[in-house]
Amino acid sequence: MPLITRSKKQEARNKKQEARSKKQEARNKKQEARSKKQEARSKKQEARSKKQEDDPVKSKIMFEPVILKNINASDSYTLTAYLKTGGYQALKKALEMNTDTIIQMVKDSGLRGRGGAGFSTGLKWSFIPKDPTIPKYLCCNADEGEPGTYKDRAIIEKDPHQLLEGIAIGCYAIGASNAYIYIRGEFTLGADRLEDAIREAHSKGYLGNNILGSKFSLNIYVHRGAGAYICGEETALLESLEGRRALPRIKPPFPALVGLFGKPTVINNVETLACIPHIINRGAGWFAAIGPAKSPGPKLFGVSGHVNKPGLYELPMGTPLREIIYTHAGGIKGDRRLKAVIPGGVSAPMLTEKDLDTPMDFDSLAAKGTMLGSGAVVVMDEKTCIVKAALIVHEFFHHESCGKCTPCREGLDWIVKVMRRVEHGEGKERDLDLLLKLCGDIFGRTFCPLGDGAVMALRGAINNFREEFEYHVKHKRCMAGC
Amino acid sequence: MLSEGAVKEINDLTGKYANKRSAVMPALFVVQREYGYVTEEGMREVANILGLRPVQIFEVATFYTMYNKKPVGKYHIQVCTNISCSLLGANHIVDFLSMRLGVKVKETTPDKMFTLSTVECLGSCGTAPMMQINDRYYEDLTKEKIEEILKGLK
Ligand SMILES: Cc1cc2nc3c(=O)[nH]c(=O)nc-3n(C[C@H](O)[C@H](O)[C@H](O)COP(=O)(O)O)c2cc1C
Ligand code: SF4
Ligand code: FES
Repeated sequence: MPLITRSKKQEARNKKQEARSKKQEARNKKQEARSKKQEARSKKQEARSKKQEDDPVKSKIMFEPVILKNINASDSYTLTAYLKTGGYQALKKALEMNTDTIIQMVKDSGLRGRGGAGFSTGLKWSFIPKDPTIPKYLCCNADEGEPGTYKDRAIIEKDPHQLLEGIAIGCYAIGASNAYIYIRGEFTLGADRLEDAIREAHSKGYLGNNILGSKFSLNIYVHRGAGAYICGEETALLESLEGRRALPRIKPPFPALVGLFGKPTVINNVETLACIPHIINRGAGWFAAIGPAKSPGPKLFGVSGHVNKPGLYELPMGTPLREIIYTHAGGIKGDRRLKAVIPGGVSAPMLTEKDLDTPMDFDSLAAKGTMLGSGAVVVMDEKTCIVKAALIVHEFFHHESCGKCTPCREGLDWIVKVMRRVEHGEGKERDLDLLLKLCGDIFGRTFCPLGDGAVMALRGAINNFREEFEYHVKHKRCMAGC
Repeated sequence: MLSEGAVKEINDLTGKYANKRSAVMPALFVVQREYGYVTEEGMREVANILGLRPVQIFEVATFYTMYNKKPVGKYHIQVCTNISCSLLGANHIVDFLSMRLGVKVKETTPDKMFTLSTVECLGSCGTAPMMQINDRYYEDLTKEKIEEILKGLK
């Protein structure tokens, strides 16, 4: 009996056990369901935050200006104001770093030249020979002349110390003890602000001999241009700095080996150099995480033309063109429709409404057959006569051609002659083909990129708006009704 | 003749550069300030001071548009007519100034007060239309604003 009883007890125990394990199972299932819900929830969360990133209005609020962070203060151009927001801390930090480490950091940040070509700044710096017995130079390109562009002027006039700090770090990294800021001649206020800022920085030991107690010494000089767009081309800039007419030099040799006064030279745009202190302060990873991986960082977009709120907007690289025009610049004046937009200064071929979702970065714009250039966004509404706009742009290129090479000098002369007669209702039927043929005669045959830029801009206008050009020829007047 | 101060200024300029010739451009600005425009005499003096041939000065002076090769009025009004300014009516600004001053573009008023010019983009496109009078920028122009500005220039 006891045996039976035991076995009965055992049975009862087993049953309990079973019931327990069933409960456990049920519990497990609940747990599973719960964790699945959790997963779904976190996926939703993710989607939501992604949406937030894509949402133009939100990203506008979320992006804190970096380069323009100081410009609203009334005394933003003084050393006192600059020091208040952490100015010259990056220089201090950099002077304690190995120069190779700095160059690597700039490379890792992914910073690409803001002067137009988009070349890796760190890579450019790394081309400078290390031999300490050879003098080296850094030239800051402040010739800002690409029509539509006014970003460098803002940095220079409103926050010159930011530029000086970037130049100083660059000079330390490449081993230069003299730097020149080539500023376009018309920017007299900017030149004065820079001279004052240099004096101030000298007096407080941020420039001059043994900067901040280090072995590094640096002088920065301001050199004023005198009215010639071609001085923005880097080798023409060097010629001009050497006191000659600004005719571009043949490359190679590249300025990194044979530059100013025949010595290794780095040439960088104002906005490029203004990024440097922030990269040192906040790290390469921070910079690289803003915008597209291959074209990162904050970017200044200067919007002009037919918009409600023209102005300078600092946004992440890769911000869609639509967001820049409609969210930040307030849309087209008078609620008119957009006809065309030049995305990067007049050398960049124009885009139209269908391209508005293009991210504004070097690679996305190149894929659209145009370029980011200087980030100058020129907006034209539906009433704009494209033929006239193109004529204005090409009168400019014609005027600024330095005359060194025949295809550009003579070709642009012809192009402008033909365009003038088309615009003035005296065009002939074959003029459009003639213009395109002239483009072909110039493209790829010029000494510097000015000629190619002019051709690309004209091809862009004709390809997008051929019927307007044809209308001008046929009806001797403008299709847009101006 | 350049003043003693101007000669010294040009000599001092050479200290900024590894090569004396680099001082040609800033020296020409000194000449322009002293004579009102870049005179042949002034250019020859610069050549002398810097130890260069006169042609090396002439070729620079004629290449860059900011060196005035003939006298301009007391106020040199330069209106930007490039793309952003044109989209916002730069041609009306030029016409209005031309009417108000009674001169055509590139001309100087008989009393030598005003010269009217049109120029390429001055890097002020977000505040178009705009003009520069001597060193100063005037932005977001309207006819009323121009009237005010002209009144202030006597
Ligand atoms: C016709 C022409 C005009 C240019 N104008 C400018 C200019 O005004 N400012 C500028 O920074 N770069 C200009 N560039 C680009 C420079 O040649 C050079 O690529 C740039 O200054 C390099 O600096 P970054 O690497 O920092 O962009 C111009 C190029 C060409 C061909
Ligand atoms: S392409 Fe035009 S601007 Fe460039 S070197 Fe030739 S003539 Fe000069
Ligand atoms: S287009 Fe007029 S200032 Fe730039």
